[in-house]
Amino acid sequence: MSSLLSLPVAISAFELGFIYALVALALFLSYSILNIADLSTDGCFTLGCAVGAQVAIMGHPVLALFVAMAAGVCSGYVMSFLQTKLGVESILAGIIVNTGLYTVNLAVMGFSSNLSLFKCETIYSLTKDWFGPDWYKLVVSAAIVVVVCMFLKWFLGTRLGLSIRATGDNEDMVRASSINPGFTITVGLCVSGAMTALSGCLIGQYQKSCDINLGTGMVTIALASLIIGETLVGKRTVTRRMIGAVLGSCIYRFVIAIALRLHMPTECLKLVSAVIVAIAIAAPYLKDRAVFQKRKLAAASAAKGGRKSC
Amino acid sequence: MLKLTNVRKVFNQGTVNEKLALDGVNLTVEDGDFATIVGSNGAGKSTLFNCIGGSFLVDEGSIFLDNRDITFVPEYRRAVEIGRLFQDPMKGTAPHMTIEENLALAYLRADKKKSVFSRISKEERTLFRERLALLEMGLEDRMKQPVGLLSGGQRQALTLLMATLVPPKILLLDEHTAALDPATADKVIALTKRIVEENHLACLMITHNMHSALEMGNRTLMMDAGRIVLDIRGEERAGMTVDGLLEKFSAGAGKKLDNDRILFSKVEG
Ligand SMILES: Nc1ncnc2c1ncn2[C@@H]1O[C@H](COP(=O)(O)OP(=O)(O)O)[C@@H](O)[C@H]1O
Ligand SMILES: [Mg+2]
Repeated sequence: MSSLLSLPVAISAFELGFIYALVALALFLSYSILNIADLSTDGCFTLGCAVGAQVAIMGHPVLALFVAMAAGVCSGYVMSFLQTKLGVESILAGIIVNTGLYTVNLAVMGFSSNLSLFKCETIYSLTKDWFGPDWYKLVVSAAIVVVVCMFLKWFLGTRLGLSIRATGDNEDMVRASSINPGFTITVGLCVSGAMTALSGCLIGQYQKSCDINLGTGMVTIALASLIIGETLVGKRTVTRRMIGAVLGSCIYRFVIAIALRLHMPTECLKLVSAVIVAIAIAAPYLKDRAVFQKRKLAAASAAKGGRKSC
Repeated sequence: MLKLTNVRKVFNQGTVNEKLALDGVNLTVEDGDFATIVGSNGAGKSTLFNCIGGSFLVDEGSIFLDNRDITFVPEYRRAVEIGRLFQDPMKGTAPHMTIEENLALAYLRADKKKSVFSRISKEERTLFRERLALLEMGLEDRMKQPVGLLSGGQRQALTLLMATLVPPKILLLDEHTAALDPATADKVIALTKRIVEENHLACLMITHNMHSALEMGNRTLMMDAGRIVLDIRGEERAGMTVDGLLEKFSAGAGKKLDNDRILFSKVEG
């Protein structure tokens, strides 16, 4: 086991786990709370990476985070506009935005499918001397996730946050409280887009590169993280659910790290991801089924026993 | 004051399923009026409420609230001045949010200028606790629990409180006790009476219980086939019996009242 998970491998799994946790938190908002399957996540993630990379290349790695988030807000806004103003169903709206974003992302990257950040400063290279060479990436990533979690916790406790939570729970009731659900959906998707794009921006700076296909499959992975977290930590309070999303994301990265250590070819990773997601989503259902089957068997054997005795 | 003039609503216009649900309804509800509404199945009672509440727009006619034309005002804006309860206790509350959070949302109707980033304050908590205590269901000690854990009757009582926490100009109750067991229904009816009286609300209440229809409020309306066929109040209403009302209905609508639940409740009562 120790050979499977050396300290550096564990650290980098945590680093990635924290960075990708932002997408899981974004889906926590859009999927768990607002009940919207946001399929524009993949494109939005790449958008954050591309925009962030360009700004970092211009020499502003910190500003890049905020510009990337602003880009994410725009993506979320378009998504909600299609849904609330044009009546496009959420799944379709996501697919449409995602498709459009591919071209947008290419344009942002100057119509090349790759950007390199090797020659420029990143928020990681800036903080390298502060926390020591082994830990700085983890510290920075974790700190950002903690800040985002604290913001989200605060935000969901405000009147606006409560309205957003109620929108996913009972839209009629939101309307009865004199709030326009179209507005709450818009705000929710914008915040969620900002988090997804921030994650993409951090990954770009972390890997010192941006690729047009970076976001492919992101929504599946984030969903898996979210569900792993919900299964382990439960979904009683907002705080628990956020911790679950972060934890789920880290666990997912550990599974991938171990798979790589077992010399799984990188081409197979997407399949591994899909299997993990399927298992994670099916687990609660299978658990219920197992209980049901057990009771059915018990009832059947009891009936048999009863017949024998008479 | 609520005023409807010549309101018409047709569903599925131009198809074989075309249905004239409201056929030129004229109705004026004065401030402080509490009118009960009875009628046959499919008479258009719920549709009338949906038009007043803004769930959908009317095809013809206008709706005025305090002399302001609200015919084209969206539903969520009307909700500032119109409180509603439905038959389904699940409809009025968010099940995964706590009692306190639900009340906080209902309280948003109070002050539109309040910052959207403000949180539930101590004063508000105290207010919610006091109001919950008035329901006499022990909910004031369960403010941090999700509403989904409450019984149907408790949820309906909470919804009633939410709809009137900020007194609306008019309260619309659509068979709001029909899904409750008789004892709970009585309790919610008593609560309704008290809250409407204390706040001097104008109120329209659809019911299938002929006794409540005559006993509650100051006015009774009967509907059939998208029209208001009977509107009684004052002395005429005071001397009215359930049988008398059914007879009047037959005279007004030109047929017998066809509502299984009403006839059932008549036997029961
Ligand atoms: N959304 C709708 N679409 C189509 N038909 C409807 C709709 N709502 C109500 N109706 C029809 O309009 C008529 C009146 O319905 P409603 O107002 O619900 O009656 P009730 O008096 O029993 O509450 C019924 O025939 C019903 O089938
Ligand atoms: Mg009805």
